[in-house]
Amino acid sequence: MGRKILFVTTDQQRYDALGCNGGTVARTPVVDALAAHGVRYERAHPQSVVCMPSRSTMLTGQHPSTHGVWMNGVPLPVDAPSVAAELRAAGYRTALVGKPHFQPFLDPFGRFEENRFAAHGQVDLPDPHRGFEHFESATHGAAGPLHYARWLAAEHPEAVDMFYPVLDRALEVNSLGGGATGAPQVHDNPIPRDWYHTDWVADRTIGWLDSLDAGDDWFAWMSFPDPHHPWDPPASELGRVDWRDVPLPDGYLADPAERDRVLDAKPRHWRAWYDGRLVSNYEAPLDWVPATLTAEQVREVNARNAVECELIDEALGRVLAAVAARGWADDVDVVFTTDHGELQGDFGLLFKGPYHVDGLMRLPLVWRPAPSTGAAPATVTRPVGLVDLAPTFCAIAGLDVPGWMEGRPLPTDDADAEARGFERVLTEWDSELFGIDVHLRTITRDGWVCTTYGPGHAHDGTEGELYDLGEDPLQRANLWDDPARAALRDDLLADLHDHQPPMRTPLATVEAPV
Amino acid sequence: MLGSVRHEIRIARPAADVWVLAGDPARLHEWFPGIVACTVEGTHRTITTGAGFDMPEEILVRDDVHRRFQYRLDMPVIAHHRGTIDVIDLGDGTCLAVYATEADPRTMALVIGGGSKGALDELKRQMEGPP
Repeated sequence: MGRKILFVTTDQQRYDALGCNGGTVARTPVVDALAAHGVRYERAHPQSVVCMPSRSTMLTGQHPSTHGVWMNGVPLPVDAPSVAAELRAAGYRTALVGKPHFQPFLDPFGRFEENRFAAHGQVDLPDPHRGFEHFESATHGAAGPLHYARWLAAEHPEAVDMFYPVLDRALEVNSLGGGATGAPQVHDNPIPRDWYHTDWVADRTIGWLDSLDAGDDWFAWMSFPDPHHPWDPPASELGRVDWRDVPLPDGYLADPAERDRVLDAKPRHWRAWYDGRLVSNYEAPLDWVPATLTAEQVREVNARNAVECELIDEALGRVLAAVAARGWADDVDVVFTTDHGELQGDFGLLFKGPYHVDGLMRLPLVWRPAPSTGAAPATVTRPVGLVDLAPTFCAIAGLDVPGWMEGRPLPTDDADAEARGFERVLTEWDSELFGIDVHLRTITRDGWVCTTYGPGHAHDGTEGELYDLGEDPLQRANLWDDPARAALRDDLLADLHDHQPPMRTPLATVEAPV
Repeated sequence: MLGSVRHEIRIARPAADVWVLAGDPARLHEWFPGIVACTVEGTHRTITTGAGFDMPEEILVRDDVHRRFQYRLDMPVIAHHRGTIDVIDLGDGTCLAVYATEADPRTMALVIGGGSKGALDELKRQMEGPP
């Protein structure tokens, strides 16, 4: 009998959303306790700051350029390499419960397997999908073909219309405001807590674990759809955090003149989005103008986000209790992370897009090794990536890391990180949507973040961003054109060029917006 | 807001051969992944998707000389749609199949366009595969 793996992901959660990372709004005692007994990573980055490419990186251990899911709406081929398949081949029982998003959700033709399983009532798959023998899917509400939506429609049909409508009538991301401040994607959801998808994901995970034999080794990917927008947690829980008491985030620039100055020093698509002149991607409402965002709206969004984080933490606590009740507590590795961050008020912005700053790139990552290993608690400050997760799962299972994985097993402390050369982490962005294309390549190394822009709709290929994370942790001073930093910038770019995998060709087709 | 998506593929078969399948409105389900049935009555076609939706369409153009087929989805949620399938003779025994989609809301252009790319791949596979 080997080590079991509970892989817990959230969606669009910031580094500072956890108490163990200095967060002060949401109470996250369960994850904080895992961090206290495990390894907490202070510089974990995604390889893409949107869902489908990032999740594909988690599954394959490859950069987006290699696995080919270069933007949302590009499906990961069903036969793509998968760490779940590796584990299953080694005898592990495997499940994915919650948000998968390896294939587009907008699928009226029913072309994608992950949308068909629920329609066909399939949960336990005779032919495992991407290595998962058990597959129960959910996303941010009750719409669509996934298992949660169908469960809710069957068991609690009165609740289907309680959620925020993620898309508007034009099928764009909805800008409709709600709550006390009219903030976009905020909504008072009257759904009872135990019908909400967070508890459903935990319930279904527990259900699957209960179906296993005590001697089974298992890999469970428990994938919570929150705290991604819409911010519509059960209204019964809103009293946990009074939005009026929520401090404005450090990244919020309250002075409009200062905000203008900071945005104008960044590549032009920043300011163009802020002013409502350019929405380059589908991940933010098309007709919402960030410049209209008020401080009160930021507080309310962050309050509801914190409520969602607390519900996730409590749901995880229930799953860990169920694991302990099965007698597995000493043999389970728990890895907690998210796919990307959320701007959540930084620079006066919400949501996400081609903006490679800490709000979107610095992620919560906690690995609590199985207590039976006797691993010492540690903090890792060197850069690691989600690309390192799949190799880590192989290492936990005692498997060799396959050659197709591009990451390495996560370091267990800074000495280990230094010894194994964890120096840099790469993040990439490509998008092409209705004639607007944006291309970024980013390296984070030695306390610097350096992003180069390829030619595109708003850029001529000479633009970039360079930030000193030590002196400028909020990335307000773009040093790209600072002559005193030119040598450093060029060294970082050369390093980026040396390590960035080439884009897989031919480029896969964008088959849906998301 | 209008969106436009176009895909094309070169097929190593004469245009006339490809048109036999691509130009027959009643056979779309044979090569468009996710469409499981088609019924045609006059200028009206109804497609049934794998997700269980029936989508009524109006056939706008069926030009066997220039090998062009045009249709539009006739649904309240779609303000405008036009799908165009062209099979173009390249003069060397091969042809270019082009599937263009424009739609308002533009998101539908992406979704239908995504399907049409798969359709062209399947059309090529069937046309170039063993008889």
